[in-house]
Amino acid sequence: MESLVYIALFAPLLSSLFAGSFAMTPKKQFVGVVSSFLLFISFAASAILGYHLLVTNEPIHVKLMDWIAAGDLNISFGFIVDHVSVTMMFVVTLISTVVHVYSIGYMDHDKSFNRFFSYLSAFVFSMLILVMSDNFAGLFIGWEGVGVCSWLLIGFWYHKADVTRDINPSISPSWAANEAFIMNRIADLGMLVGLFIIYWNVGSLQYDVVFSAIPNMTQAVLTTAAMALFIGAMGKSAQFPLHTWLTDAMEGPTPVSALIHAATMVTAGVFLVIRANPIFALTPEVSYFIAALGTFVAFFAASMALVNRDLKRIIAFSTLSQLGYMFAAAGLGAYWIALFHLGAHAFFKALLFLGAGNVMHAMHDELDIFKMGGLKKAMRGTYLYMGLASLALAGIPPLAGFFSKDAIIETAFNEGSLILWATLVITAGMTAFYSFRQVFLTFHGDERYHEFGIHPHEMYKYVLVAMSPLAILAVIAGFFKDGFNDFIINLLPNYQMSEHTHHLALYLGLIVLAVAVSGILLAYIKYNKRLVRSEKTENGFIYKLLANQYYIPVLYEAVISKPYAELSKLMWKNVDMKIVDATVDAIAKFLYRSGDKSRGMQSGNLSNYLNWMAIGAIALLLVSILSLIAA
Amino acid sequence: MFEQIAFYFFSVLTIGLFLVAVFSKNVLYAMTSLASGMVVIAGFFFLVGADFLGVVQLIVYVGAVMALYAFGMMFFNVTKNLKEKTTSTGWVLIVGVTAALLMTLMFLGAINPDAIYASLPMSDKMTNPEAVGMALFTKYLVPFEVAAVMLLIAMIGGIVLAGKKMDTSLTDIKDEVLQLKDEE
Amino acid sequence: MIGLNHYLILSGILFAIGLIGVLRRRNLLMLFFSTEIMLNAANVAFAAISSFYHDLTGQMFAFFIVAIAASEVAIGLGLLILVYKKENTLDLDDLASMKG
Repeated sequence: MESLVYIALFAPLLSSLFAGSFAMTPKKQFVGVVSSFLLFISFAASAILGYHLLVTNEPIHVKLMDWIAAGDLNISFGFIVDHVSVTMMFVVTLISTVVHVYSIGYMDHDKSFNRFFSYLSAFVFSMLILVMSDNFAGLFIGWEGVGVCSWLLIGFWYHKADVTRDINPSISPSWAANEAFIMNRIADLGMLVGLFIIYWNVGSLQYDVVFSAIPNMTQAVLTTAAMALFIGAMGKSAQFPLHTWLTDAMEGPTPVSALIHAATMVTAGVFLVIRANPIFALTPEVSYFIAALGTFVAFFAASMALVNRDLKRIIAFSTLSQLGYMFAAAGLGAYWIALFHLGAHAFFKALLFLGAGNVMHAMHDELDIFKMGGLKKAMRGTYLYMGLASLALAGIPPLAGFFSKDAIIETAFNEGSLILWATLVITAGMTAFYSFRQVFLTFHGDERYHEFGIHPHEMYKYVLVAMSPLAILAVIAGFFKDGFNDFIINLLPNYQMSEHTHHLALYLGLIVLAVAVSGILLAYIKYNKRLVRSEKTENGFIYKLLANQYYIPVLYEAVISKPYAELSKLMWKNVDMKIVDATVDAIAKFLYRSGDKSRGMQSGNLSNYLNWMAIGAIALLLVSILSLIAA
Repeated sequence: MFEQIAFYFFSVLTIGLFLVAVFSKNVLYAMTSLASGMVVIAGFFFLVGADFLGVVQLIVYVGAVMALYAFGMMFFNVTKNLKEKTTSTGWVLIVGVTAALLMTLMFLGAINPDAIYASLPMSDKMTNPEAVGMALFTKYLVPFEVAAVMLLIAMIGGIVLAGKKMDTSLTDIKDEVLQLKDEE
Repeated sequence: MIGLNHYLILSGILFAIGLIGVLRRRNLLMLFFSTEIMLNAANVAFAAISSFYHDLTGQMFAFFIVAIAASEVAIGLGLLILVYKKENTLDLDDLASMKG
């Protein structure tokens, strides 16, 4: 079993190195095939590990090597395969395998085909480190690793030039990549502080040690640690106010958006909260804040998705919104429900993104859904997949999204937070509306793309086949809810609805369903036949506010970026040039001048040299005598 | 008593001879006094009971080294006094004497006799040459062999360096060439 | 009574003479003479210490110094002859061709 752990972990690394060795050469089909195969091996190993855990119920703990051993600090490269990490491993490796196969088709015409696979596999490796590590330090390494890979992949088409915000809200891939990276660094600082607090108080970063030491910690310390950790989670999972990078991250290739910015990396924040649940369980204030913030983000992101015209950005907003749901569940103490929604969401969101990638491919990289319409004739398979995924996202039974999302909303009701509950229900309706607005605008109605001279065509067959596991899981994942519950409560605290909620469960579910269905119906009425645009609405205040993402990116630029740039310039001109640089220059000038002066010593006359040597020897003797006297 | 007389006698002698060696303008004088100084140094070795070292000093320095110098001097014109621009004597005296003084001070002041133990103690049972032989061929065998190889290499090196173009005798070189060299 | 210090002071004086020679003279041959004096000064100190502490190690050291001095003279003299053949002088002031 131990070797399976290593196979699951290192197969993606091998794949990355293999693809990386071809990074500078022209496209080679076999690179993609080999990478996908290695990823499949990793998936198979993860699945076997999952089965093993299901049968024996014994977590596997392996220690690769000692990593840092300095004084009292002892951090080892250890990995644990328990119920939480095996769930994550299963989801991550499954989706990345699909995405790898998909990328063979999607990146077909890209000249950096090999490089892409190298980055993608490196990401999977980092993600596995993140989820499998048995200590916070390893988690942090993976955390930073996925950050770097995300940066590399968002900026994959780094050669595209910067444009203004009016033309492209995310300016350029490299701009978006930097934005994502910097925002994550800000959050990572919080996370580091959290880790330091934990280490300071516990003296270890091992999960088991830390969690067993929690009862000895004061409430203040716990609360600070929980808050600091959550700040880290906020960055990675793009929670308000650090959310702007996620939609801009859509500048990356679509498989990247599917894998990293929907299914796996952005859920790392949720994973962190779930992993550290013993800490968060004892800090109700922080937990409630998490739930409230999650609910707010769910609503906030959904509202922005309502009016967006960019296919990928709509899905990105929905990702944000669903992450909000997960945080709401985790904040309310229903960790296993959050994890379940994480998994279910990963399947249908990856499917949705990959479908969007197909559409993009067919539309020659056009993303404006106002320019699409009626694509279902040309792209039957993609239509089916995206329709399924949207149904799942909207929470229509019996698809996966219904079970997980309904459970979260039920939890909110069960906790008695009616405001949260109501917000989440309304958000569910909004989710249904915008997902089907997108589906109808893309696949139904009049064929608006003709006037742009585009001839859509369906994606390669094998790509569609490769996507089928996701489609199947998006349909059936919900049925495993009870089984998953039995499995996961071995590690995570069980969350039971009260008797009262249990009675009302049917009605609650019906309310959510009714809201969702009415959202879909509204979208159907408005967008199914053809696109009717009304100048009045589009120029309205609310529409403009939403379409400009509440002007938050503009605000950030005006309030933070620009003053910071000014400040930097000021510091550069005054502090750096006049103090730091001047000091360094002065040292250099002093050395230069003294060298110039003492050049005369080098007369070429051996006798002079001998004289200097004698003086040097005397100086050394003096020093040694003085040190002898001093001693 | 005898030791004291011998010590002071030898000291005065060596210092005088070496001073001549260092300050003399004539190379022949310098060399002769150097050789004599070496002989007297050997006297010190006998005085402190290092008989073998004294003999080696006589053979190597007075015999071999001096022969080498004499041999080398045959290449140079030694009939003339050396014409050289010496460094100012006061300065040199200050530097040289301070260095020596500091070094002596270090040895005199810093060595704690109680903390010193003999790593290769002398025994009364053996005479000095015997003891030296024992030490050289047991504990110091490897350095001894290395030194032997080094001497061999030095010998070959000396022959090669000095023997280069030996076949063209200076007397065979045309007068114009020698003239040119002198003018330079 | 003659003690170790007497020998050490004598050694210091001889060393100073050698050093003065090295510093003062400009003729390469004279420099060699002076270095020989310095080596011998060290040898005297070694031999004296060896005898006063009843330790053969000092003599061993002096022995190897003699060996090194001998090889130094052999090589050095060879080099001197080469220099003289090439430059027709042994005066360091005339040999200063390495001016930086």
